[in-house]
Amino acid sequence: MRAFTQHQGIVAPMDRSNVDTDMIIPKQFLKSIKRTGFGPNLFDELRYLDEGKPDQDCAGRPLNPDFVLNQERYKNASVLLARANFGCGSSREHAPWALDDYGFRVIIAPSFADIFYNNCFKNGLLPIVLEEEIVDKLFESVEANEGYQLTVDLEAQTVTTPDGESFSFEVDNFRRHCLLNGLDDIGVTLEDADAIKAYEDARRQSAPWLFNAGN
Amino acid sequence: MAGKTLYDKLWDDHLVKQRDDGSALIYIDRQLLHEVTSPQAFEGLRLANRKPWRIDANLATPDHNVPTTDRDKGIDGIVDPVSRTQVETLGKNCDEFGILEFKIKDIRQGIVHVIGPEQGATLPGMSIVCGDSHTSTHGAFGCLAHGIGTSEVEHVLATQCLVQKKMKNMLVKVTGKLGAGVTGKDVVLAIIGKIGTAGGTGYAIEFGGEAIRGLSMEGRMTICNMAIEGGARVGMVGVDDTTIEYVKDRPFAPKGETWDKAVEYWRTLHSDDDAVFDKIVEIDGTKIQPQVSWGTSPEMVADVGANVPDPAKEEDPIKREGIVRALKYMGLEPNQKITDIKLDRVFIGSCTNSRIEDLREAAAVVKGRKVAAGLKQAMVVPGSGLVKEQAEKEGLDKIFIEAGLEWRDPGCSMCLAMNADKLGQGEHCASTSNRNFEGRQGFGGRTHLVSPAMAAAAAVTGHFVDVRELMN
Repeated sequence: MRAFTQHQGIVAPMDRSNVDTDMIIPKQFLKSIKRTGFGPNLFDELRYLDEGKPDQDCAGRPLNPDFVLNQERYKNASVLLARANFGCGSSREHAPWALDDYGFRVIIAPSFADIFYNNCFKNGLLPIVLEEEIVDKLFESVEANEGYQLTVDLEAQTVTTPDGESFSFEVDNFRRHCLLNGLDDIGVTLEDADAIKAYEDARRQSAPWLFNAGN
Repeated sequence: MAGKTLYDKLWDDHLVKQRDDGSALIYIDRQLLHEVTSPQAFEGLRLANRKPWRIDANLATPDHNVPTTDRDKGIDGIVDPVSRTQVETLGKNCDEFGILEFKIKDIRQGIVHVIGPEQGATLPGMSIVCGDSHTSTHGAFGCLAHGIGTSEVEHVLATQCLVQKKMKNMLVKVTGKLGAGVTGKDVVLAIIGKIGTAGGTGYAIEFGGEAIRGLSMEGRMTICNMAIEGGARVGMVGVDDTTIEYVKDRPFAPKGETWDKAVEYWRTLHSDDDAVFDKIVEIDGTKIQPQVSWGTSPEMVADVGANVPDPAKEEDPIKREGIVRALKYMGLEPNQKITDIKLDRVFIGSCTNSRIEDLREAAAVVKGRKVAAGLKQAMVVPGSGLVKEQAEKEGLDKIFIEAGLEWRDPGCSMCLAMNADKLGQGEHCASTSNRNFEGRQGFGGRTHLVSPAMAAAAAVTGHFVDVRELMN
């Protein structure tokens, strides 16, 4: 996995709450058996005026001029500023894959849906929870200042504004450790293979029905 | 020391290792696999040269992409080549790693969350995962069950464990008896309407109280299925006689002495009387009415007798904006009566409501009636080949067909429209599925979530109607 230590980038504001995973990447694109290539279809139904199809060249499609990511000033955004309950809905990891493939590295919101939040960490994408008042303030700053950038430091757990104001955020130790070092967490878990085997042996004795392959 | 909640017990029973950094390794007893969220996980295993840790803990079936017609053609019946590749890929992966798969022509094929319980592959007390958020369904059996992403599917395949942090405990207590015509679906929609789509975020929810105890396993599965729409990855119901009766004699269920031993353990799978919850929500079950969603989030629900809300009356600006946007997308007016919403299609199916009891409830309403003239389509999609077979034994298929509904083959179908079944732009659908998100059932489609009985009532009238008016 790609490590995440620090990132500085242009911020794009997504000013609506409960952005669901169907909105982030509609179902017709989940038919792919790959992990990459979802970027052109990120927010497909909001971003384009026509109905998107898998394996289609999106270059010639009619863009929705009202959609935030289609505005020139947010063109190279890599930090997404969002509202409450971002990523609600399905468990599809295609949602963080699409955000990542588009070029986002950080998502800031007052809250995230659990499964989406967890999926981000598996893909080198950092979801940051900041208080609602701070997020409100950031929305104002982004809209008022073209080219507005934020600097995120995972080691220090801070988000810093261009005028030096800094907000700290929480992230649990294991996720932070894996992300900072770009660790494959399967490898980390397999270091405990003996503990898993011991647990399994004991369960096989105490609850043999759990090891019944059926019929 | 205070007693334990059901979730505490399940957590403790599956704890392999508590790490110093606060995370824990949790053992997974069962992983269900389907074609959409597994190909990249198998590919990951291959790239890292890893093997599945415990093959017999996995059970697979294609469900999201399968067509609901022409199933005798098998995979060749899938017209969309991208969908076909995904289903074929699942088959190849399961064959390569030796994982049991109910393939497209197997009568046991169906929606993962229907076939697990049906086969007894879902047993009380298990930890169950699947790359699908509606895995919470299995919590109805007193299981620790939740959806995971594809990286975690790979993690479970490779290690039989997940790295987790313990969630908080929430009890949703539904008191009293439900009225006639009020189902598990109405209960869960009412709960989500009350706690909101993020109300359960960070919690494992246990559903309890007299109304929940009085429900069949099908009703409980419907409720746990939609825990995720209230933000909770995990929804659970404690084990009782209803649970044990349902599991008995299922193909994967233990037999003989092992059965007795299992039952003895399963009887402990409920929250202790003195268990402490971080949050308790109480709802009066006697007051729950049949529900209809009017918006683009499952929390946007109303009693069938109510009106569409007026955003002008909402004080919170973000919520107000949300209502305005939802009404625009749904093509509805503020204060419009729910019963005045005209429908284009009706969909009865999905992992929420496609089990035998759901089909019985729908059939009871349409029996002797006809699908309304203005409707373009009304379809019934059973949750599995075995549900379909059972329904046909009971003659439910004939009731549906005579009334003018289409009787289809099993799969996820129009719940998320990954196969050929979908809504056209601007069409209103009474749907027994779980999500009314924008575009969920088709580009520009407008979904109204309801119970199977309410969907059936809508099918024969062409608009929403209180099903209790048709029940006499």
